[in-house]
Amino acid sequence: MPSLRRSLQWAGAALIVGAGLMSSACTIQPWVKPYERDRLADPIMAWDRDAISSAYLDHIRESREGSRGASGSAGGGCGCN
Amino acid sequence: MQRIAGRGAVIFAALLLVRATCADVLPDDRADLFYSKYSGGGMDITGESVLVRKKITENLAVEVNYFIDKVSGASIDVLSQASQIKDERKQKSGTVEYVHDKTTYTASFINSVERDYKSDTASFSLKQDMFGDLTTLSLAFSNTNDTVGENNGTAFVPVVTWLGHAESRSYDVDVSQILTKNFIAGLNFNLITDQGYLANPYRSVRYVDPSNAKGYSLASQVYPDTRTSTAIQVEGKYYLPYRAAITGSYRYFRDTWAIVGSTYELDYTHPINNIWILEGRFRYYKQNHANFYSDLFDYASEYRFEGRDQDLAAQDNYTIGAKATYAFLPNGWKIFKRATITFDVSRVAFHYLDFRDIKYYGVANGYQPGDEPLYQFNATVYQIYMSMFF
Repeated sequence: MPSLRRSLQWAGAALIVGAGLMSSACTIQPWVKPYERDRLADPIMAWDRDAISSAYLDHIRESREGSRGASGSAGGGCGCN
Repeated sequence: MQRIAGRGAVIFAALLLVRATCADVLPDDRADLFYSKYSGGGMDITGESVLVRKKITENLAVEVNYFIDKVSGASIDVLSQASQIKDERKQKSGTVEYVHDKTTYTASFINSVERDYKSDTASFSLKQDMFGDLTTLSLAFSNTNDTVGENNGTAFVPVVTWLGHAESRSYDVDVSQILTKNFIAGLNFNLITDQGYLANPYRSVRYVDPSNAKGYSLASQVYPDTRTSTAIQVEGKYYLPYRAAITGSYRYFRDTWAIVGSTYELDYTHPINNIWILEGRFRYYKQNHANFYSDLFDYASEYRFEGRDQDLAAQDNYTIGAKATYAFLPNGWKIFKRATITFDVSRVAFHYLDFRDIKYYGVANGYQPGDEPLYQFNATVYQIYMSMFF
């Protein structure tokens, strides 16, 4: 029972932190203004320009190395999508 | 006044442009044709792929991809015990992507088939822009079911014995963060759990055997039935004072087989006149060996789990690569708005620190078991692909 209570406490804390983050997400002022993101929107700033090529190279590496995963970021260079 | 009005109009137009580009929209429709060739370590692998991506509505897109790998030859440890192989892998995938407000939902399915291996993966991810679009958070989950077999026949008359199943679950949390107007950073975390038949049936362990003329004998590998791995990568991309970008990343990996790996990458991207994008990259990777790996066991069945797979050995490798992308059809052609063609070549040097070359060195050449030279080889990877946007 103490473990259940502790789990509920953690869940409650996570909810409060999550709600805080979500509400601050609506009010936070971006320190890089949208009109200052022309360089970040340049195709050379994209994390991954060629998905097929990256997937192919990852496949080659993962079949020869013990490591795997966490090989790329989500989102574009301008944070647009 | 006219000047102020003009400046205001420019700012207004810029804001409209930024609003248009920073609204959550799906990428352009595209079709890609891809060809690749890998040569190294006794293996030749060619890959051919076609990908088509199409928006059904402004919020919904579908993507289909077909990939075929053709393998000839075999790696050194397979060659040490068997004849050459010829095989091919056909992979089909379908993806549906849906955008609502600042969130992108993606569901995909991948089916991969070889004569002696079948794999199905279902995955789901969501991506959320937040904090004034400075932060992109992505969460992903995928589930993979594999069926593992062994071909006991020949390349032309296969006799496949199915050995078992494996299930894998992967969880990803990725954050991309704009830090300045020139700098973007990424933090990627991945956790994978595997359960089932995880060994490679074509590779064997070897143990000391004085009754064998070679001084050793081979036996089947026995892997643990479970594996859990975690990887975390940090990366940064910086727009230089002139129009070029530099990217650096570091990845730390560890798993329950005691493999610890580190990957370092550096990439430089330089466009020329909006026609060419040139890219140079360097990558260095190192790892220690798995806790049940040994190049030579003292006797048969010395331990409960035993492996001598190349990718479990202590090793390092470095890669030097170059890529050139040429943009053409700037004014479009028929349904296509623009197109690019890309050439990519990589040279990889593999060094093994406790995996020995038993194919070409042995007692006949004066090398006792365990004294053979360490194995190393170079590989070259070529890629050429054309992307057409419509």
